[in-house]
Amino acid sequence: MTDRATIRFVLDGEIIKVCDVDPTRTVLQFLREDLCRNGTKEGCAEGDCGACTVVVAELNRSRDAVQVRAINSCIQFLPTLDGKELITVESLADGETLHPVQQAMVEHHGSQCGFCTPGFIMSMYAMYETSSNPGRQEIDDALAGNLCRCTGYRPIILAATEMYSLPASPSGDRSANLEKLQRKESLRIEHNGRRFFAPSDTDEFAALFAEFPEATILAGGTDVGLWVTKQHRELATVIYTGRVSELCEQQVTDTHIDIGAAVSLTDSVSVIVQHYPGLDEMFRRFASPPIRNAGTLGGNVANGSPIGDSMAALMVVDTSLLLRCGAVEREISLGDFYHDYMVNDLQPGEFIARIRIPLPTDDAIVRSQKWSKRFDQDISAVCTAYRLVVNNGKVISFRMACAGLAATVRRAGKTEAAINDQPWTSETIENACQMLAEDFAPISDMRASADIRLRACQNLLRRFFAETGSDDLETVYTYGRQR
Amino acid sequence: MDVSVKPAEKRKVAVGAPLPHDSARLHVTGRASYTDDLPEPRDLLHVAVGMSTVAHANIGEIGLADVLAAPGVIDVCVAADIVGANNCGPIVADDPILAADIVEYVGQAVFAVAATSVDDARKATRLATIEYRELDAILDPLTAVEKGSFVLPSETLVRGDPDSALQSAPHRASRRVFLGGQDQFYLEGHIAMAIPQDDGCLLVYSSTQHPDEIQTLVAHATKRSANDVTVICRRMGGAFGGKESQAALIACIAALLTDKTGRSCKLRLDRDDDMIMTGKRHDFVIDYDVGFDDTGRILGIDFEFASRCGMSADLSGPVNDRTMFSCDNAYFLENVRIVSHRCKTNTVSNTAFRGFGGPQGMFAIEYAIEDIARRLGVDPLLVRRRNFYGKDERNITQYHQTVEDNIIDEIFDQLVASSDYEARRTDIHEFNTGSAILKRGIAITPVKFGISFTNTLLNQAGALVHVYKDGTVQLNHGGTEMGQGLYIKVAQVVADEFQIDIDRIRIMEADTSKVPNTSATAASSGADMNGMAAKKAAAKICSRLTEFAARHFAVPEANIDFRDNHVHCGDAVVTFTELVQLAWADRVSLSATGFYKTPKINYDRATFSGRPFFYFAYGAAVTEVVVDILTGENRTLRVDILHDCGDSLNPAIDLGQIEGGYVQGVGWLTSEELWWNDRGELGTHAPSTYKIPTCSDLAPDFRVELMQSVANKEDTIYRSKAVAEPPLMLALSAFYAIRDAIASDASPLPDLQAPATPESILNALQAASHE
Repeated sequence: MTDRATIRFVLDGEIIKVCDVDPTRTVLQFLREDLCRNGTKEGCAEGDCGACTVVVAELNRSRDAVQVRAINSCIQFLPTLDGKELITVESLADGETLHPVQQAMVEHHGSQCGFCTPGFIMSMYAMYETSSNPGRQEIDDALAGNLCRCTGYRPIILAATEMYSLPASPSGDRSANLEKLQRKESLRIEHNGRRFFAPSDTDEFAALFAEFPEATILAGGTDVGLWVTKQHRELATVIYTGRVSELCEQQVTDTHIDIGAAVSLTDSVSVIVQHYPGLDEMFRRFASPPIRNAGTLGGNVANGSPIGDSMAALMVVDTSLLLRCGAVEREISLGDFYHDYMVNDLQPGEFIARIRIPLPTDDAIVRSQKWSKRFDQDISAVCTAYRLVVNNGKVISFRMACAGLAATVRRAGKTEAAINDQPWTSETIENACQMLAEDFAPISDMRASADIRLRACQNLLRRFFAETGSDDLETVYTYGRQR
Repeated sequence: MDVSVKPAEKRKVAVGAPLPHDSARLHVTGRASYTDDLPEPRDLLHVAVGMSTVAHANIGEIGLADVLAAPGVIDVCVAADIVGANNCGPIVADDPILAADIVEYVGQAVFAVAATSVDDARKATRLATIEYRELDAILDPLTAVEKGSFVLPSETLVRGDPDSALQSAPHRASRRVFLGGQDQFYLEGHIAMAIPQDDGCLLVYSSTQHPDEIQTLVAHATKRSANDVTVICRRMGGAFGGKESQAALIACIAALLTDKTGRSCKLRLDRDDDMIMTGKRHDFVIDYDVGFDDTGRILGIDFEFASRCGMSADLSGPVNDRTMFSCDNAYFLENVRIVSHRCKTNTVSNTAFRGFGGPQGMFAIEYAIEDIARRLGVDPLLVRRRNFYGKDERNITQYHQTVEDNIIDEIFDQLVASSDYEARRTDIHEFNTGSAILKRGIAITPVKFGISFTNTLLNQAGALVHVYKDGTVQLNHGGTEMGQGLYIKVAQVVADEFQIDIDRIRIMEADTSKVPNTSATAASSGADMNGMAAKKAAAKICSRLTEFAARHFAVPEANIDFRDNHVHCGDAVVTFTELVQLAWADRVSLSATGFYKTPKINYDRATFSGRPFFYFAYGAAVTEVVVDILTGENRTLRVDILHDCGDSLNPAIDLGQIEGGYVQGVGWLTSEELWWNDRGELGTHAPSTYKIPTCSDLAPDFRVELMQSVANKEDTIYRSKAVAEPPLMLALSAFYAIRDAIASDASPLPDLQAPATPESILNALQAASHE
């Protein structure tokens, strides 16, 4: 077996080499079934409960620092660990001496049934390694991907606060081992007729995808993972974006935020909200930290779910996609990308290489709102986004896009027309709300019924109007925190 | 030495201490073993279940050839393969393990596959071709009532003369309310592993609250006698009632395939299958008509409850009985009629869930109380106080049990003051006047919850305690650990009985071969009953040791004192271990069983009268919320809870139960929505679509206290009270705070359906604006 077919990663200071393995085997399956390392649990096998949370450490792009992040092992394919370090709940204690995260959870009664606990420990460990003295909101955000059914969370939040005051636990230097694992060549695995490619540059990626146009492109795996764990699909060929250097890069130019398709949501969102603070709350509610650490903006866009959270916002700011097929590149406006339910403009062998988000102009208000049953980690029933330019009380430019109301995320053309060039007043908004009913004919499902979706969307527009008239109009979520 | 120095009760050393969960260190290091973590036998096969895709149909041909031919598949099992009884129903034999001729809900088990890997088994189930001849399906309780479709006969309880009281009442209010169900959402899904044993015996590891019932039902299904089946459960990753009866289906299927293949078999349900296949909290349609006077006192009330029981009886009888027992909550209902319909629907059979029908009854009366207050234009707090049970009068429940331990007034007095309720209500009114979009609301609600299984015979428990020659102890009892801290509480009791350190006690798994004929760990009774049984077992050994020590050291028994890992025998002091070794050498038995049956209770179900409950647990909560009336999104701002655990066995564990129960209850009443489509398919069968509370849902200001100095009036274990279920119903305050927030100043109160999702809130506001 050649080195190119061997997955190598660090676990508890040792380099683990795995070859001849089903490339869609999940990290969780590998831990539990192959290593009999049972601390990490399966709660849902879809990345929604966090019982499977593990931490992955990897060198950053410039190889001068190690990045430590929590991910959901239940939907992460094993080959994506190549070149990284895996840290599980068994890794933390030093003999009988518990890690401060663990000690704090014991002292503050943070576990009851204990099944969610390993996942909480790992999310808290990632926070411990990357943050100090977090406030309640930072803790809430860090733990948003972990469900506990027993405690009601109060003792866990307390443990997450108090863990920093316990004697520190040295994390050691992870970079030496990680350096050893860095490879220039691509990873290519073949197992029982299944292929997994992790190319390292875009040309190779494009060539592979041209050769295997039926291949599944794997980015964060936060959706593709479920095809395997839930739909039991057999993926014959998988091409992984995560090692393609150009796809992993993002930069801010004079005119654009330019995001490679493999950049994690965590990384891309932090840049986007710097420039578009009005998108902060939507992105905070977008999935959970472990999902955002693995998932990518490119994946969210490519997947094209009608209830995807990012696209409405990206659409109103005129985002475009740089597509590539073989050696040919083209640019398309995101607004033109979706044709119908889960149908987009990509041709066979073509993929999204980069996402180009224009930088904001000074005069535009950009905001996105998410409406769901639960604040954190819920799928939107409705998600809206607006870009508004008003001058002397008159609307110079208004754009609105919605998710959850049609087969694709799309702009609300008639509503926009009812607002553009009109005075920015409640009368205009009320007229526009009528037009929303002409723009969209939503369906009923488990997230919301059709008529309430529309009514919620109208009310979200009214709320946006109210917010533009008052700089500090609170939401229910900021309300309690600011007091 | 004077006889009077011997303490009447053991010194409380461990009892009453806030000790951590016995498995806490194992939990945080990943070393706590759940059923799926146990070492797997070499011959193990993995099982997956083929489920019905239609809600109601006669089954034609079941084509399994492709399933059998699939990679890794070893065997399949259908109803015809079941050698014993094809039933896993706990009370009524109406719950087939595998559907034979008819399927009655989407998700019903039709066949099972055993394969060499989990994936192979799950994939293979999709290759079956099952012919269904569809029948009309009843998918909601109201249709079931209309069509007379019931799993059990409707029941009526009448006390006083509700009709006259209603007719002559100065005021009346009536309403129909829809109250949703709830998935238990234990983090560990259902699982069982069956392993063949010597001479045809079977060992079953099961994630179950009720090992004894698993033993019984597996024995029936596989045509064994009970003594050939052993069931073991060390711990569950949560249960909440969902593993009381429901675990039997999973264990029976694993056992059947074990017999058919001759190999060990494990069935671990995928989360979606778990949520589709197994029962939940009953959703209810509630009608009430209440008559009251100018002071808000209820003169007469008429309740009609229709609950979705699903396709079989399961535990729906006692669940709905408890609704009838609990719809008084803390209020004296002098003239009351309660009609309870147990509706048969073509949906999954609903089952136990923390509160067991009680929460739905209490939800109903609180809805009525709020309506009364609004009608009279007074704070609901006043109407609540006006209707509380009295201490010496107005203290007999609708089922004729006298409430002898009422402390709800004291709890309210204390909580109203500590929560600053009155001032905050004024603040909120002012805030709302000046705020167009965000509205705050507040509510205080009481809890009175009867403790005991209403079926008297279930109120028994056993324990088995061994003391070994090195002075260490093994503790067995019939209770199961699902995270509630039962095992540490019972260990605390045993430690104090021997007056030894708690780390000398090895807590053993629940094992039907150690303690037989046990009841489910349910009805909040685990610590009450198993604690007492274990205490008795340990006391027997202590008594033998005392008798021996008296003899050995030639002092009166009264002069033997166990204290701090030592035994004082007159002037001599030996370590506990030394005394044990001496006793062993003298051939003293160091192992004993203990048995407990709850005293005083008696209850005649035919007349719905007697004393079903040994005592009541009390509590109250104040919740303040803020609601966005444009989006319906909401958030709890502050919670104040005061709850009665008697003299707590372990205040840290009890605090955890109160907090966790409250948050779980808030989930039930706000974000957790079960949604079925018109084919009877559950749409919310995974955490992606079914939303239990997360971290950020916990109020930023969350204050929970245990009521102090309230020893149980009844002689329970160290005068403690059960916890577990009662605090769930503290969450009613959150629902009524939301209703308070969205009520405009105009009456009546909005018709808010539970759960109060953003959609439900917007609907309530819309309906109110049209009134």
